[in-house]
Amino acid sequence: MKRIALIGMPNAGKSTLFNRMSGASAKVANWPGVTVDLLSAKLLIAGQMAELVDLPGIYDLHGFSDDEQVVRHFLCNNSIDLVLIVANATQVDRQLTLALQLKSLGLPAVLLLNMADEAKQQGITINAQQLGEELGYPATLLSAKYGQGYAEAYQLIESELQKSEAMPILSLENDFAVDQEVEDKLEQIIRHTVDVPVQAGHSTTEKIDKVMLHPWLGLPLFFGIMFLMFQAVYTLGAPLQDAVAWLLEGFRDIALAPLLSGLPALLNSFLLEGVFDGVATVASFVPVIILFFLFMAIIEDSGYLSRAAFLMDALMTKMGLDGRSFVMLLMGFGCNVPALMGTRTMRSRGLRLLTMMVIPFSLCSARLQVFVFMTTALFAPSQAPLVLFSLYLMTFVTVIITALLFKGQFNSQEPFALELPPYRFPTTRQMILRGWHEIRHFLRRATKFITIGVVLVWILTHMPFGVEPASAASWSGWIGEFMSPILSPAGINPELTVALIFGFVAKEIVIGALAVIYGLEGSSLMQGIAQQIDWVQAYSFMLFTLIYTPCLATIATLRAEAKSGWYTALSLAWPLTLAWSVSTAFYQSARYLGY
Amino acid sequence: MTTLYSLSALSPGQSATVQALHVDSGFQFRLNALGFRVGKTLELIRIAPFNGPLHLKLGNTEVMLRRQDAANIEVLM
Repeated sequence: MKRIALIGMPNAGKSTLFNRMSGASAKVANWPGVTVDLLSAKLLIAGQMAELVDLPGIYDLHGFSDDEQVVRHFLCNNSIDLVLIVANATQVDRQLTLALQLKSLGLPAVLLLNMADEAKQQGITINAQQLGEELGYPATLLSAKYGQGYAEAYQLIESELQKSEAMPILSLENDFAVDQEVEDKLEQIIRHTVDVPVQAGHSTTEKIDKVMLHPWLGLPLFFGIMFLMFQAVYTLGAPLQDAVAWLLEGFRDIALAPLLSGLPALLNSFLLEGVFDGVATVASFVPVIILFFLFMAIIEDSGYLSRAAFLMDALMTKMGLDGRSFVMLLMGFGCNVPALMGTRTMRSRGLRLLTMMVIPFSLCSARLQVFVFMTTALFAPSQAPLVLFSLYLMTFVTVIITALLFKGQFNSQEPFALELPPYRFPTTRQMILRGWHEIRHFLRRATKFITIGVVLVWILTHMPFGVEPASAASWSGWIGEFMSPILSPAGINPELTVALIFGFVAKEIVIGALAVIYGLEGSSLMQGIAQQIDWVQAYSFMLFTLIYTPCLATIATLRAEAKSGWYTALSLAWPLTLAWSVSTAFYQSARYLGY
Repeated sequence: MTTLYSLSALSPGQSATVQALHVDSGFQFRLNALGFRVGKTLELIRIAPFNGPLHLKLGNTEVMLRRQDAANIEVLM
């Protein structure tokens, strides 16, 4: 099978092209370093199956950061039939060095000048054919995002692929320094073939930046935007969650319950109150999650993440972190796993480990479900979004404490330069793909962790045979009692304790587990919990859920990325300690103050 | 009159030409790839709050660079 590889600088649009060519839904965003691992897809091209490989962005073939090593390793260990060099057409002046480096290695390639739409807007004209001839690679202009020029580019790729033969495996050991000669040649080619107006630039971006990066308005604006976003997710999401819960409840009462009524009582309870109630309660939060990720997609694609790095870098430096660490925390609001992988763009191991240490405190979308649930159950609708926002702020508080405490252990002097791309907006297609991607992600987790989790909770609450479910005599009751001396100072009761234990696997299980433990679902579950605990206990429980050990997938990623058992153990033990201390301190002070 | 300065001495709105990069080779490759090359003109657009990084424009590329790293870049004004 022929192999095609996408190579280019970070944020040149390789993954966007990869998605367009293969129909895949690789994550894209307006941030250099979204793709940090190999992605591949099979596609039928030029009458045969071929493997298309999306590589992380690489600034030049000397690449030394972990994500760039992925590219080097790939090039040195695989034969490639055709390279698609993806370059940002508005920045050909600096993006073609990579093409010249590949040329010196003799790789068969096609040069795809992407973002032709932006180049046109700025009045940049490129004679792609002549540029290709002078460079020695066929070249064409296209917009992978909007599709202009894609058909021609595809034809070019097809015809080049038919001509090409697999390259022997490369050795990148030789030094191919970017000498002045190469640079001069490049400059000459560009002078012949590219016409850039004197006033080129993104005037809209400049105007937006005047406000967004304002010396003293910038940071308040950032937190204001965040607050509005979470407010919107809550205000729009809570009724949607309610509606889905109502639909699932209806399905249960009208269809499922009569259908299962013939089964023995224990099996009936297992299927209905165990599996269905548990999974349905979690599933009712899918609309909240989709909504959240649509907002995230807009923010990630806007290019604002780089601005956040710019605004926060000075403060993050004081904590031994940098602007990228801050952006990874924001990405962690979606899911901690890709955020941890995203630290591969950092060269300094100390900086990377410290950043990975704080990312699990980022309030991910799974924890968001728990908090939407708890705040709706225990707080007035006007207070709930504020309570939710306070938990997001707690993310930053725990990050500051942790970073200040550990920065001595994880030292870094890494110099740091980052591109600030122009503001962009995702297409409808990209947003739909993103929503779909998150639904699939949920279904995968639901079939694996969540179902197994709620089944285990059902067993714990209903065994030994014949006990009253979740009573002190049940296995879950024993566990709750056993843990009670540790967790009761934090106001966390035995029922919540059992839910927390399973939240270790995946945070979504926490609400699924509560549904099973209380034997209720939907709005009646919220009422049931509101009768049992007050807001102080609920907030203490939420603090604990936010801070304590990350989920299993996050721990596995931490271990794989850090390659250190000690580090993994530390990143398990420290959050647990901090969670207990913060929750207990909050609960005891609130009680002392008379709440 | 033209004088050699360190890039970190520039004020917002000022332009200068890159003269030399006194950085380790790894970072030099990164800076080259971002457009920092001898002879290239750049403009300082703004400085981030709390004495933070510099926001620079080189050709059609906008880059942020920390002050202490900018101090190692020599420019001609």
